[in-house]
Amino acid sequence: MYAFEYLRAESLADAAKQLASKPDAKLLAGGHTLLPTMKLRLASPGALVDLGRVAELKGIDKSGNALVIGAMTTHAEAADSAVVKSSIPGLATLAGGIGDPHVRHRGTIGGSVANNDPSADYPAALMALDATIATNRREIKADAFFKGLFATALQDGEIITRISFPVPTKFAYAKFPNPASRYALVGVAVAQTAGAARVAVTGAGNNGVFRHAAMEAALGKAWSAAALNGIAADAKDMVSDIHGDAAYRAHLVGVMARRAVAAT
Amino acid sequence: MSSTGSATGIGAPVRRKEDQRFITGKGRYTDDINRPGQTYAAFVRSPHAHANIKRIDTTAALNRPGCIAVFTGEDIARDKVGALFCGWMITSKDGSPMKAGTHPVLALGKVRYVGDHVALVVAETPAQAKDAAEAVSVEYEPLPAVADLATAQSPGQPQVQADAPNNTVYQWHLGDKAAVEAAFAQARHVTKIHLTNNRLIPNAIEPRAAIAEYDSGQDSFTLYTTSQNPHVIRLCLSAFIGIAPEHKLRVIAPDVGGGFGSKIFLYAEETASIWAAKKVGRAIKWTAERSESFLADAHGRDHMTTAELAVDGNGRILAMRVKTKANLGAYLSTFASSVPTYLYAPLLSGQYAIPAIYCEVDGVYTNTAPVDAYRGAGRPEATFVVERLVEVAARQTGHDPAEFRRKNFIQSFPHQTPVIMTYDAGNYAACLDKALELADYRGLSLRKAASERKGLKRGIGFSAYIEACGIAPSQAVGSLGAGVGLWESAEVRVNPTGSVEVLTGSHSHGQGHETTFAQLVSQRLGIPIEQVTVVHGDTDKVQFGMGTYGSRSGAVGMTAVYKAIDKVVVKAKKVAGFVLEVPEESVDFDEGIFSSKATNKTLTFPEIALQAYIAHKFTGAQLEPGLKEGAFHDPTNFTFPSGVHVCEVEIDPDTGTTRIDRWTAVDDFGTVVNPMIVEGQVHGGVAQGVGQALLENAHYDKTTGQLVTASFMDYAMPHAHDLPSIQIAMSSTPCPSNPLGIKGCGEAGAIAAPAAVINAITDALGHEDIAMPATPQAVWRAAQKSPARLAAE
Amino acid sequence: MSLGSKSQSDTAAAQGGPGLVSVAMTVNSKAVSADVDPRTLLVQFLREHLRLTGTHVGCDTSQCGACVVHLDGRAVKSCTTLAASCEGSKVTTIEGLAQGGQLHPMQEAFREHHGLQCGFCTPGMIMAAVDIANRKGPNLDETTIRHELEGNLCRCTGYHNIVAAVKAGAAAMGGARQAAE
Repeated sequence: MYAFEYLRAESLADAAKQLASKPDAKLLAGGHTLLPTMKLRLASPGALVDLGRVAELKGIDKSGNALVIGAMTTHAEAADSAVVKSSIPGLATLAGGIGDPHVRHRGTIGGSVANNDPSADYPAALMALDATIATNRREIKADAFFKGLFATALQDGEIITRISFPVPTKFAYAKFPNPASRYALVGVAVAQTAGAARVAVTGAGNNGVFRHAAMEAALGKAWSAAALNGIAADAKDMVSDIHGDAAYRAHLVGVMARRAVAAT
Repeated sequence: MSSTGSATGIGAPVRRKEDQRFITGKGRYTDDINRPGQTYAAFVRSPHAHANIKRIDTTAALNRPGCIAVFTGEDIARDKVGALFCGWMITSKDGSPMKAGTHPVLALGKVRYVGDHVALVVAETPAQAKDAAEAVSVEYEPLPAVADLATAQSPGQPQVQADAPNNTVYQWHLGDKAAVEAAFAQARHVTKIHLTNNRLIPNAIEPRAAIAEYDSGQDSFTLYTTSQNPHVIRLCLSAFIGIAPEHKLRVIAPDVGGGFGSKIFLYAEETASIWAAKKVGRAIKWTAERSESFLADAHGRDHMTTAELAVDGNGRILAMRVKTKANLGAYLSTFASSVPTYLYAPLLSGQYAIPAIYCEVDGVYTNTAPVDAYRGAGRPEATFVVERLVEVAARQTGHDPAEFRRKNFIQSFPHQTPVIMTYDAGNYAACLDKALELADYRGLSLRKAASERKGLKRGIGFSAYIEACGIAPSQAVGSLGAGVGLWESAEVRVNPTGSVEVLTGSHSHGQGHETTFAQLVSQRLGIPIEQVTVVHGDTDKVQFGMGTYGSRSGAVGMTAVYKAIDKVVVKAKKVAGFVLEVPEESVDFDEGIFSSKATNKTLTFPEIALQAYIAHKFTGAQLEPGLKEGAFHDPTNFTFPSGVHVCEVEIDPDTGTTRIDRWTAVDDFGTVVNPMIVEGQVHGGVAQGVGQALLENAHYDKTTGQLVTASFMDYAMPHAHDLPSIQIAMSSTPCPSNPLGIKGCGEAGAIAAPAAVINAITDALGHEDIAMPATPQAVWRAAQKSPARLAAE
Repeated sequence: MSLGSKSQSDTAAAQGGPGLVSVAMTVNSKAVSADVDPRTLLVQFLREHLRLTGTHVGCDTSQCGACVVHLDGRAVKSCTTLAASCEGSKVTTIEGLAQGGQLHPMQEAFREHHGLQCGFCTPGMIMAAVDIANRKGPNLDETTIRHELEGNLCRCTGYHNIVAAVKAGAAAMGGARQAAE
C-alpha cells in the first residue's frame, strides 16, 4: 500500500465533511475491494474516510412495501436477517452467497453497490428488483445508477445511505461462479412484481450489469423456466476471458436465468 | 519387519507430536523469526518477458526514505559470485551435453521472463523497500518473446539463451527405437493420442521467505530459509555460488509451510540476500508476496506429448512410442533437466508388461518462469500418458478398461522394464480387485442410468499408477547425470536418562517426521514415544542430509535412522554385558529389556543408557563411554509404490460442471508406519491431482509472455467444495530393498489422480476430446460434441 | 499491555508519510494500544507490533484465509482489515483460543482428525471452523462444512480430514456448551 491519511467518521455529516476536505479521499466501507486493490498498489487514495462507526448507515427495516437496507449492512447481516428472509428470501440467499463467510462479515451492500464490480452479485439484484439507492443528497433508481464497468451515477462527495427494495411477488438469483475467484462468471437475477418481470445479468456483459429485455418479455407472458427456452444472451455483448468466452457466457445466461426462475 | 502392535509403534495411527505448536499458533516459520536490527528486501522484477536492460538508475531509489542499498547484477558479478545452476547433466541423443545457458542471480544485461530478478533493494521496513524498488529506474529495450511451447523450437523464433539454438536444451531419448518400430509394424491395433500436461504453480500456502545474516566477529553467515533441503542449499551456496565455506555458513529451515517440490531449489532471492547481508552488515529479511510466488517460484509439468500404443489381436500391449516436448522456462532451475527425462521416461512401462518402449524428449527454453519438480515430478506426467493410452486403447479395442489393464499387468517380480527400472515387488491385480469392489464397479450402470434421468452424464475412470520413489541409489543417479548422491544420514543420540534425540537429514514440512521417526525409535528401543525428539532442518545440528522430496524420507531417511539404531543396540548390548556380568554375545534386547540366558537379571534401556554414560562397569580400554551412533543409508534400488485409483464423476452438460461423486484409492506403499499420516498424504496428493485435472493452469499469453493467471483470482486452486471425500484402502507388498519394507506415499495421489479424472470425464462424454484442465467451459464445449470414439489410427 | 517503544515501521511513518493513527483494542483479552502507520493492516499489527505470529499471510488478494481471526466474535480476514478500523474492538487470534491451558475443542479436533499437515493454513482454518460452529451449530453435514470453508485454502490435506475435524470440533463445542448449561 502507498501511504494515506486515515479519517474516522462518527456520523454521516462528519463523513461528508471529511470526504469534502480532501481532494483525493475515498470512502472505506467493508474494504474488501478497496484494500486488496490498494495492497497491490493499483489504487492510491490520499485519504480514507472509514464509515465503520457511522450508526445511521446500518440497519434493516421494512417500510411499507419496501425492504430498506442500510449501506453499511454487511452481507452476513443481510443474509441472516429475519426481515430480509421474510420479505425477499432470494435476496438473503444472494447475500449469503457473496464471497466467503469472512468476506461477508466485512463486505457491505453500500460498498458493493458503489463499486459496481461487473462480476458482483448485488447490482443484478438491485436492477431486477427496481431498487432505489438513497444517498446523502438524493435518490437514484437502479436503472439510472449503474453506468457500466465500475461506474455509477454517484458524484464526488456523494455517500450511499441505504437501498430500498420494493418487495416483489417472486425473486431469485442464480450464480455460476468463476472457478478461481468465485465471483460471478454469470449471475442472473429474476423478479416478478404485480405487473412485470425484470431480469438482470451480472458477470457476463461487456458493459457490466444489464437487463435482459427478451427474457423480461417472455417471463411477463408466462413465469416459468420453460418460457425462457431458446433465449440466451447475444455473444457479441459478452465478456471473453480465460474462464469463459463470449459464447459460453451467452449460453450460461440462459441456463442461469432458467435456474433462477425455477428456484422462485 | 513386523509390527509389535504397540499403541505408538510402527503401524499405529499415532496423533502427531508436532501438532501442539501448529494448533496453538506457536509454529515457527521463517517469516515469524525476527533478527536484531534486521532490514527488509524487495526485488525489482522484470515487467517484460524478454528485454535488454539498457540502463539501471538507482539514484531516486537510494533517496527514498529508509532505503539502505540497491544491488544489481553488475554488483554481484563484480564480486565474482557464481551463477545459479542446474545440478543434473542430461546428454542429448547425439552425445552433446545439454545447453545449460546462463542464470545470473540478478539479471545481467537481459531479462528473460516476467518476474525475472533485476535488482535487490534493502530498506528499513518492508513498505519502504517496496517504495524504493518502485523508484529504481530501469530502461528496457523490449524484445520479441517466445512463450508458446508448441512453436518455440521453430526456426526464426526469439532465442531465449544464446547457446541453445532453436531454444532446444536437449534432445534426449530412452529405449530401443528399432524394437519399438518392429513391434508397431506387427500390431493389430495402434492407439495414438495427443496430450497436454498443463503447467501448474505449486502454491504452498506459506510463501517463500529468507533471513540472511552475516556475523563479522565469526566471519560466518546464517540463512533462515523455506527449504526442503537445507544442507543442499548450503552445499550449493558454498561450493557453486561461493558465498562462504560450508563450515562458515549455517542454513536453517525451520517450520516450513508446505513445499511440494517448489522449496527444493536454490533461488535468486535467498542467494542475493545472503550475499548482500555482508555488504549491508545487517540481517536482511525477504518474504515473498503471493504475486511473487506466482511469477517466480519454479512451476511444474508443462508437457506436450504424442503417444502411441501397439496392441495385438488379443489385447496384449506390444510396444509404446512417446514423443514429448517439455517446457523448462527461461533458465534451468536446480533439478529441472532431470524431471522430464529420468524422472519421466523410466516410468512409461506403468504396471504393464510392455516388451518395447521408446521415448524422445525435447527440453525447451521459453520466456517463462523456470519449470522444475512439482509433487510427483515427471511421474505424474508419465502416468498420465500411460493411463490415458491404456484407457483409450481398451475402449477402441472393445475391452473393459479394468480387464484390459489386468490382462497386461506385470505378474512376477523382479521385473525388468525396457526403460531402466527393475520393479522389485507388487501385486497389481490385488489392488485392482479391491478397488473394483470398493468402488462398486458392478453398480455403475445403475448409477449411470440414475444420472441420465436427471439430465446428467456419469463416467468412471481408472488410474493404475506406479512411481519410482525413495530416490535413490547414488551410483545409479550418478550414472544418469545427477551431480549429487541421494543417500540420507541419521544420528541417534541417547541421553544418560534414556531419552533420545534423532537427528535426520530428512526435512519435514508437513509430512509428520517428528511423529513417524519417533514411532520407529520408540518401537525399536522400547521407550515411550514422548522420550524421543526428532531434530531436523539446521545444518549446525544435523551433520548432513539430502532432504525431503521424491517420497524418500520413509524409505531412505528412516532406514538411516534404523541403521543408526542397529549400531546403538550393538553398543548397548556391550554395555549390558558388562553390567550384567555376562558375555556380550549372550545379551538379548527385546521391547526395551536387556536380558541374558546367563542371568536372571534384566535391565531397561534407560538403565543401560545411564550405565553407558557413568561408565562404572567397564574401563576405557574395554569400551568407549557414551551412546550415540550415526549412519548413512544409500539404497540399492528405487522403491515402487503402486495402486489403483477410481474416480467417478457426474457432469452437468448444461454448464459443464464436473462433480466428483466418488473417489476410491487402493495403494501399495509397502509397510505403513502411520496409517493416519499416510492417508493424509494420499488425500493431499489426490487434491493436487484433481486440481490439475479440473482447475489449475498457469496461462501465459503466447505473444507477450505475460502470466495471465498471476493470482488466486485467476489461478483456480482447489477449494473444499471442489473435492470429494476419499475412500482409501491399502494392499501391501513390503519393499525388499529396505529393512522396514517402506515404499513411500507422498506423491501417489498427485500421480494417480489426473488420469483417473480425465478417464472418467471421457467415459461420461463418450469421446476423448478434452484436455486438462477440464474446466466447466471446456467440458461444456466437449459435451456439445456427439459421443464417438476416436477412430484407431 | 501498552507498547512503549516504537517499532521500525512506526518510526518510518513518522519520518516519511502522513501522521500516525492511535488505535486501542482488546486482543486475546488484553488491552493493547499503539500509534500506527495508517496503512497497517490488522494482521501486521498482530504479527509485527504484538509479535502474535500465529496469524499468517498466505496471499495478497484476500483469498487464502491463513490470516483469519475473530473480530468482535466474527471471523474476518485480518489481511483485509485496517488496524485503525478495529478501534475499540475485541480480537481473538489462534493464540487466544485455548483457555486456562486447555485446548479449545476445535484445536483438539484438528489434532485428533489429522486436519493439518504443514500447519501454515491451520490457525486460519481453526478460527474459521470455530466461527462456522458458532454460526451453524453443533450438527454440521459435510456439504455445509465444505461450502463454509470457501474462504480458506489448504494445499496439504485435500480438506478430507479438515472436514472431519470441523464436524467433530463443532459437535464437541456443542457438547461443551451443553455441559456448561
